[in-house]
Amino acid sequence: MSDKRIAIIATKGTLDWAYPPFILASTAAALGYEVGVFFTFYGLQLLKKKLSLKVSPLGNPGMPMPLGMDKWFPVLGTAVPGMETMMTRMMKSKIKAKGVASVEDLRHLCLEAEVKLIGCQMTIDLFDIHREELIDEIELGGAATFLDFASEADITLFV
Amino acid sequence: MADYDQELDARGLNCPLPILRARKALKDMPGGQVLRIMATDPGSVKDFQAFANQTGNELLSSSEEGGEFHFLLRKKAS
Repeated sequence: MSDKRIAIIATKGTLDWAYPPFILASTAAALGYEVGVFFTFYGLQLLKKKLSLKVSPLGNPGMPMPLGMDKWFPVLGTAVPGMETMMTRMMKSKIKAKGVASVEDLRHLCLEAEVKLIGCQMTIDLFDIHREELIDEIELGGAATFLDFASEADITLFV
Repeated sequence: MADYDQELDARGLNCPLPILRARKALKDMPGGQVLRIMATDPGSVKDFQAFANQTGNELLSSSEEGGEFHFLLRKKAS
């Protein structure tokens, strides 16, 4: 058992926000930490067997867009149907081209490194998620489960 | 120059993959052995220093040559 521990809360369910928790968790495990990640609300999307994560330019002025679109394109245009699909496809191809790992790969690396993945039971009930939709390797728990783990942590992060 | 026991090609990989691959390679090596890592991610320079600080594996050298970064890591004696 490791003498260093990190506890992370993952609350977002988009392609871009899937990266921080999985990158930090896998890296922390490589650095010798005992790692636990608590997935709650939209974060539970990251535990689905079949990931269908998207990224949206809507309400995200920091997102770089092709052809300088982020400079002249009307904000309303980011709400156009199909925009999300297009931006998701573009980001995925960029991720691949730059040698950045896919979310699936990072999650797999976390599991390989015995990162503890905890799904929020309340969210599962709230959104009518079926246990079978989520990967097998997780445990389910609530706020107290996370706090019990986090109470001994050297680092605690909310993503 | 063969002052290392194993080599890891992490070129073209981006954060955090070079670190994760290095960790995996070290895991299968006996303590005291040296791993040479080649990478192209500029962030890996600081990251391998941090990796050494955190894990107790010793960073023997860190160098750059024509846009490539080379590291020598000695695995902590277990």
